[in-house]
Amino acid sequence: MTKEAIMLMNEPDNRFDAAANEPSGRKTGPVILDMQNISLSFGGVRALTDISFNVKQHEIRAIIGPNGAGKSSMLNVINGVYRPQQGEIIYRGQHRRNMDCYTAAKSGIARTFQNIALFKGMTVLDNIMTGRNLKMKSNFLMQALYWGPARREEIEHRVKAEEIIDFLEIQAIRKTPVGRLPYGLQKRVELGRALAAEPEILLLDEPMAGMNVEEKQDMCRFILDVNDQFGTTIVLIEHDMGVVMDISDRVVVLDYGKKIGDGTPDEVRTNQDVINAYLGVAE
Amino acid sequence: MNLNFFFEVLIGGLLSGVMYALVAIGFVLIYKASGVFNFAQGAMVFFAALTCVGMVDQFGLSLWLAVPLTIVVMIVLGIAIERMVLRPLVNQPEITLFMATIGLAFFIEGLAQLVWGAQVHKLELPIEDVPSEYLMEKFNILVSQFDIMAACVCALLVTSLALLFAKTKVGRALRAVADDHQAALAVGIPLQRIWAVLWAVAGLVALVAGMLWGARNGVQFALTFVALKALPVLILGGFTSMPGAIVGGLIIGASEKMAEVYIGPLVGGGIEGWFPYVLALLFLLVRPEGLFGEKIIRRI
Repeated sequence: MTKEAIMLMNEPDNRFDAAANEPSGRKTGPVILDMQNISLSFGGVRALTDISFNVKQHEIRAIIGPNGAGKSSMLNVINGVYRPQQGEIIYRGQHRRNMDCYTAAKSGIARTFQNIALFKGMTVLDNIMTGRNLKMKSNFLMQALYWGPARREEIEHRVKAEEIIDFLEIQAIRKTPVGRLPYGLQKRVELGRALAAEPEILLLDEPMAGMNVEEKQDMCRFILDVNDQFGTTIVLIEHDMGVVMDISDRVVVLDYGKKIGDGTPDEVRTNQDVINAYLGVAE
Repeated sequence: MNLNFFFEVLIGGLLSGVMYALVAIGFVLIYKASGVFNFAQGAMVFFAALTCVGMVDQFGLSLWLAVPLTIVVMIVLGIAIERMVLRPLVNQPEITLFMATIGLAFFIEGLAQLVWGAQVHKLELPIEDVPSEYLMEKFNILVSQFDIMAACVCALLVTSLALLFAKTKVGRALRAVADDHQAALAVGIPLQRIWAVLWAVAGLVALVAGMLWGARNGVQFALTFVALKALPVLILGGFTSMPGAIVGGLIIGASEKMAEVYIGPLVGGGIEGWFPYVLALLFLLVRPEGLFGEKIIRRI
């Protein structure tokens, strides 16, 4: 992290119009996801050490920290890719030792990945439809025959997928194989697939990495709209401090797998530990 | 040129192509859902046929009882493969899975011979490999009724599988799994269950292929090499396409017989063995994804 990053942290940032218009102090509900004393290690490497934080309903919660701080590992714990050695996850009142991917998806946790994980050979529409897979009920045989209720269901879900396509303004590319799209659009499609599951919590792993300013503005607007219109709770990892400070309600700061700060953007930006972590301590 | 003879060669070729297609379908199934060339498919064909014959020969069961039992065995095998081989390899690169299938091939070949012995078995199907009398009288061409039955079985299999893949959520899930494990898991596709089902289905296809090939050539170790014949079929039709496997099979079957009969004498014969591979090689230069395969997309 450079000095500019810290300057961005400390100066109000008006690059993002949508964000700037957002009234501060949005309504947030009760705690929906509570991570308690999570520790995760790979062999001898401790990725996460005794981290606790919670996420309230309808808030935008950011996780920040220098590279290798354990941010992505944290998301992977939340949606069940990794199993923590210690700690407990309380999601919607249910205590769990760990998640598994299927249960997580089934109970309304959707996510995007740092290095886009789309189905590259499939079209945008098909990618978004996979996001609805869990919502489809009709059985194997009926589906195979594409018959009666199965057909009706397919159409229903297609309508939903089209809504998301409209929402993300990607109508023009709906039949394009995803592998052909530029990076920024791929990120948008990935968001679309996650939204298709109508998630309770949306985990975004660096949704703006590698984007130019306009693309970032668009992405910011989508994230805020999702949060606003669908009431989706959002947990995001992001390196762009301007974005993080502008759109998030609360911020968790990780460094070397430990939590060094937690609070509103204002609290975090004046936290001495956080400044030290980003700039290094003066000797 | 004798027209009747021409048609006989053509039809014979097409029908033997169906037999290749039958083997190729097994490959397509696994490839579609994991992006992996299943080296063990030949071994599964051998294993399935040998298990079926073994039950008939050694336990004196009737064929009608042996077939359902073999189906059960193949399903169990499919589930076991998912549990013990594939599950620990989720999220690994495709080459790792491919290497695993090579190991699997040797294991299954060994297992089959360990249980049932290595000698050649004769498999009697209720339909004989003789020319169909109806076609002989009506059109005066010789076509084996066994081949015709094989074609019907193949058509049935392909139609049902193609339907499954084309429009259903299962089909979409399968393609998704092939593209990206991690993403598939994240959208809640039950990867493990899908793999187990798929390997079980691949096992059933292997059983059908094994019985038809076994009835013709005898159930023996050489059945594992049938898989090699499926390679040019796959290259032609595309690794990801069910109909592609059929069309590829038909083209390979017809062209190799035609080449043998009409070009063979000019170069001293023996073309049939290598002609499909040359055809496939030429095809690779023009259309590497095959006739019906998914387009290969690379961004530069």
